[in-house]
Amino acid sequence: MNKPKFRFSALTIRLLLIFLTVLCAVPFLVVFINSTHSSLDIIKQFNILPGDSLKENYNTMQSLVDIWRGFFNSIVITVPYTLLTGYFGAMIAYGFAKYRFRFKNVLYAIVLVSMMIPSQLSIIGFYRLCLNLKMTNSYLPFIIPGIANATTVFFLRGMIEQSISDSMIEAPRIEGCSEFGIFNRIVLPCIMPGVATMCIFNFVASWNAYMGPLIILQRKELYTMPVMISMIKGLYVTNYGAMYLAVAISVIPIMIVFAIFSRYIIDGLTTGSEK
Amino acid sequence: MQAIPETQMRRNKRSKLDRGWYGYLFIAPFFVVFLIFGLYPIISTFQLSLQKWDGLMPAIQIGFKNYARILSDQVFYLSLWNTIRIWLGNAIPQFGMALVLTAIFTFFRVRGKNFYRAVFYLPNLITATSVGLLFNLLLDGDNSPINQLLIALGVNGAPISFFMSKTLTSGLVSFVQWWMWFGYTTVIILAGTTTVDKSLYEAAMVDGASKSQTFWKITIPLIQPTLVYLAITSFIGGMQLFDVPLTLSNNLGDPGKAVLTVSMYLYNQGFKNFNYGYSATISCVLFLFIAVMSGFAYKAMRRKDGAYKL
Repeated sequence: MNKPKFRFSALTIRLLLIFLTVLCAVPFLVVFINSTHSSLDIIKQFNILPGDSLKENYNTMQSLVDIWRGFFNSIVITVPYTLLTGYFGAMIAYGFAKYRFRFKNVLYAIVLVSMMIPSQLSIIGFYRLCLNLKMTNSYLPFIIPGIANATTVFFLRGMIEQSISDSMIEAPRIEGCSEFGIFNRIVLPCIMPGVATMCIFNFVASWNAYMGPLIILQRKELYTMPVMISMIKGLYVTNYGAMYLAVAISVIPIMIVFAIFSRYIIDGLTTGSEK
Repeated sequence: MQAIPETQMRRNKRSKLDRGWYGYLFIAPFFVVFLIFGLYPIISTFQLSLQKWDGLMPAIQIGFKNYARILSDQVFYLSLWNTIRIWLGNAIPQFGMALVLTAIFTFFRVRGKNFYRAVFYLPNLITATSVGLLFNLLLDGDNSPINQLLIALGVNGAPISFFMSKTLTSGLVSFVQWWMWFGYTTVIILAGTTTVDKSLYEAAMVDGASKSQTFWKITIPLIQPTLVYLAITSFIGGMQLFDVPLTLSNNLGDPGKAVLTVSMYLYNQGFKNFNYGYSATISCVLFLFIAVMSGFAYKAMRRKDGAYKL
């Protein structure tokens, strides 16, 4: 009696999973395929196979706006930001994990609370700060905050407490190694996998950031990728092939990162939430 | 080992690790940067909410006039309702789907679990502005790929003018948000279920409990902290929704401001109309709303079984 029912549900499960896979993948496929078709092809039919207008679309795209400029600008912000989150995140986490000092719990509570603050809601104050610091049209307001990334601190503190024993720190200390030397040469290499995981998340978050750059960057040549993408509809009007290609280019870096690191990313998500 | 008194051990530990001063040095960068780029903007936003400022002239103190204005601002209420509606429209199916998938992965041996997990999670990583534009390209216009598909399938009423209808546009924003987030929610809930002791399931099965009984009576209560965490973070994020409705619609939240969210409204007030003071007021009111609602939600969900800590 139980058997046919189970077979039925096994089939529905399979179908549901396949349906969701298609739903997640097809929008990207359509973008990649349509980026190789002429705008006329795109409005005439639903394309299933790649076309031969990639080069044409590329030329149209570049003639209207230099997408690689946006790509380059995003890299210029994202890479230093990510490195700062990794290095300083580890350093601050180490300070909280392995030193005893007064007000430690209060200070750590501030770190935790800052994680929950909806940062987008202080964007007007952020704008005013950048005006006062003469940092509009500068990338610094997006790079420097990497030093104070609370999520990275939270994640790495747990990791340091679990994997770095006190004796690992005390031995070099007796040998006369400086405190920063211990951090740089012993602690940091040991927690590198965790640092890398957090760096991937921070890279993605920084790459995707939109509202901040939209407000602070006023000169067109400074626009980041998401800001450019949001303006594409107005720029390309009916050049659909070029639009699809631009979307494809904006999506590819993240897809590559995910293809290489998907395991770390999902493991990072998983361990992060278990705590 | 146990022979050493605890106090002595502690003293011993302290003497060797007593370089607390360095602790401050290591954590100082966080607080310096947080004070400047985190706390100052918050205080400044609150100050601005009591001022009138166009970005050029010096700001003028006007007391609570902005707050009086927001109380009778119909567009603000509309945007708040839009934001809540769009969030409910994606959060409910998102948690529903995530729970279904969790049940599937918990009770059935599905091959390729890691593959599915990765594929479902992928949309969450993609730039939200790109996702918004992508779905706009797929849907907008009589010749859009989706409409061509609908025509080919002989669907009644195709081609559909998706972005002429308020209901459809709002539904689509919810759908895109669902598409971006159901995988993330699933991954986190699944992670929560790995902490559930497997022997509990076996015991329940031995006692004759069905799979669905086991799921509702054992799995769900045990992963409740994860669900509370997800519900609250989803609410906080959902109330700040900006990128997707902006790029999916025509950058203005049309038709008829159907997908104008609070964040879009505060952006428009500040950076299009140059009412920075009023824009800051919208931020403060939304902040208060988020804080109060998540506080209530946390209390209400915690009171149910009071035993755990988030």
